[in-house]
Amino acid sequence: MASESGGGAGVGAGAGASPSAGRAAFRRPIASLLAERGLETLIRLSGVSAIVFVLAIFFFIFREAAPVLFSPGFKLSEFLFSTQWFPTSVSNVRYGTLALTIGSLSVTGVAIALAVPFGLGAAIYVSEFCGPKLKETLKIVIELLAAIPSVVWGFIGLTVMSRITIALTGTPVGVNLLNGGVILALMSVPIIVSIGEDALKAVPDSYREAALAMGANRWQAVYRVLIPAARNGLLAAVLLGVGRAVGETMAVLMATGHAVNVPHSLLDSVRTLTANIAAELGEAPAGSDHYRVLFLTGTLLFIITFAVNLCADLAIRGVRRR
Amino acid sequence: MRNASFAGSAAARWIVAASLLMGGCGGQKAATPTPTATTIQVKGSDTMVNVAQAWAEEYKKVAPEVDVEVSGGGSGVGIAALEKGTIDIADASRDMKPDEIEQAKKNTGKEPKEFIVAYDALAVYVNKDNPMEEISLEQLAQIFAEGGTATKWSQVGVKIPGVSDDEIVRVSRQSSSGTYEFFREHVLNKKDFKLGSRDMNGSKEVVELVAGTKTAIGYSGMGYATPDVKMLRLSTKAGQPPVAATAANALDKSYPLARSLQMYTLGEPQGEVKKYIDWILSPAGQKIVEENGYVPLPHGQ
Repeated sequence: MASESGGGAGVGAGAGASPSAGRAAFRRPIASLLAERGLETLIRLSGVSAIVFVLAIFFFIFREAAPVLFSPGFKLSEFLFSTQWFPTSVSNVRYGTLALTIGSLSVTGVAIALAVPFGLGAAIYVSEFCGPKLKETLKIVIELLAAIPSVVWGFIGLTVMSRITIALTGTPVGVNLLNGGVILALMSVPIIVSIGEDALKAVPDSYREAALAMGANRWQAVYRVLIPAARNGLLAAVLLGVGRAVGETMAVLMATGHAVNVPHSLLDSVRTLTANIAAELGEAPAGSDHYRVLFLTGTLLFIITFAVNLCADLAIRGVRRR
Repeated sequence: MRNASFAGSAAARWIVAASLLMGGCGGQKAATPTPTATTIQVKGSDTMVNVAQAWAEEYKKVAPEVDVEVSGGGSGVGIAALEKGTIDIADASRDMKPDEIEQAKKNTGKEPKEFIVAYDALAVYVNKDNPMEEISLEQLAQIFAEGGTATKWSQVGVKIPGVSDDEIVRVSRQSSSGTYEFFREHVLNKKDFKLGSRDMNGSKEVVELVAGTKTAIGYSGMGYATPDVKMLRLSTKAGQPPVAATAANALDKSYPLARSLQMYTLGEPQGEVKKYIDWILSPAGQKIVEENGYVPLPHGQ
C-alpha cells in the first residue's frame, strides 16, 4: 500500500474501487511501476550489503595479517598456544596470545554469568509483572544506562568500582577480572533488558490469555508459555549483550588491570585481546611483524565471535526441531 | 511472529560481529586533520603530556594566533607519527632508535632533529605505608625482570604493616611508553619484563594504582608524585649510598635513572614551530618545566 501513495490521486481512487491490489496495478502509470522496482532493488541491495561489508572487513583485516604467517619469526602454534606475549622484546620476541584469549573469554564469562540472569529477570519483570507507570520509568532509566559511553564505564571501573572490589574482597588490587566482569555486565544488562522486553512484548496476548484460561498462574504462564514463545528474541538479546562484552575495549582496558596473565581466581588481573590491540596498534610500525600480529589477533577475535554465533544458531535450530 | 523474531536474531548476529570488529580496531587512530599554517601538532610521551599541555596553554598568551594541539599515547606513538610526517613535533622520554631515524628519513626525506627540553628523574614509587626507603637497581631487576626471583616483599626484607598477602604488585607501563623502554634498558639491562605486571596506560595511572595498593611498586616521572606515594632512594648496587630523586641529583646524573626529555622535529624546524621550540627553551618555557615537577635545563645550555 505504501508504494501506491506515490502513484497520484487517480490510482488511490482506483484502488478504493477495487480492493484487489493486482488489478489496481494495471492502471498505474509506468513511472510509478519503475519507481517501485527501483525501490525494491535498493532495499535488496541494503540487505545484501550487510553480508558484503562483513566479508570485506574480514578480507581487509586478514590481508593486513596474512604476510606474518610466512614470516620466519612467527609460529602459528606459538601464537595460539603460548602465553608469552613479548612483542617489543630486544632479545627474544614472542607472540603468544593464549593469555589474552583466556583473558577475553574469562571476562566475558564473568559478565555473562552476572548479566544474563539479571537482564532476563529484569526483562520479564518489566514486561509481565510491573505496573504501567513503573514500567515507563524503568524503561527510560534502563535506556539511559545503555547510553553511557564505554570510557565512562571504564572510568567508573578504575576509580569507584575498584575501591568497592577492594573493600568487599580484601584483595590488594581492585582492577581485576571480577571488576572488569562487573563493569561489562552493567554495560550489557540494559541491552539484554530492552531487547528481551521487546521480544516478550511481541508474544501475542492470546498466548497469555490461553495460558491463564487453562488455569496457569502468572509464573507458570511466563515459564511454560512466554519464554518458549519468545525464545529466539531472548537469545538475540543475550547474544547482543555478549557481543558488547566480547568486543568492548575501552572499559576493560581501564578496569581489568591490563596484565598479561592466565587468571587463577576472580581477583587476578587480566588483559583482553581487544584492549591489547587498542594499547599497541598506535605504536606498532605499519608493516612490521608486531603490526601484522595485532591484525591476526583481530582475525582471531572475528573467528571467536563467528564460532559463538554459529553455535547459538545451531542451538536455536536444534531447539526448534524438537 | 516467529519469522519476524528470527530475522531479528539474524540481524543481531551481524551487529554482534560488526560491533566486535569496531571494538577490535578501536586502537587505530583516526587521521589527524590537515595542519593549517598556525596549528602545531605535538604528540608522544605520556611523561611529558602534562608539561606539554602547560606549554601549549601558556604559549597561547604569547602567540594567540598559534594553536598548539597536544596528545599523548607514549613516546613510541609520537615517534611513529613523526615517521609518517603527520605531526610537527614528537615528544619522547627516550632517544629515537637508529632504525626509527632511518624509517623517518625513508618516508619523509628529512633527518629528525633532537631538542632536549627538560630533565627528569625516573622515580620508583611505593605506597606511603610501605616502610621501605631505598632500593638498588639489582633488587629492582629481581622484582621486575623475567626470571627475577623476588615475588614477595619478605624476599627483599620488607614487612608492610596491616597486610596479610605480601605478594609484590608490579605496576608497569604499556609497551609504547618511552618510560617502559628506558626502564627496560637501564634497570633490566634489556631483558624482558616479568609477565603479569599491571601495565598502565599513563604516568598518572601508575602513581594512582600505587597510591591505592599497599603492596605495589611502580615507576613513573618525578613530576607525578603525590602525598599518597613515596619515592624510593636509588643505588646502583646494594651497599652503595642511595641517591634521592631530586632536581639537583637528576642534573648532575648522580641519580641512577636520570634522563633527558626531548622533542623531535623533521629537519631543522621552520617558522612557527621554530619559534615555539625557541620559546620552550627560553626562561619563560623552562619556568613551566619547574612548575610541573621536572628539572629545567641549566643556564647557558
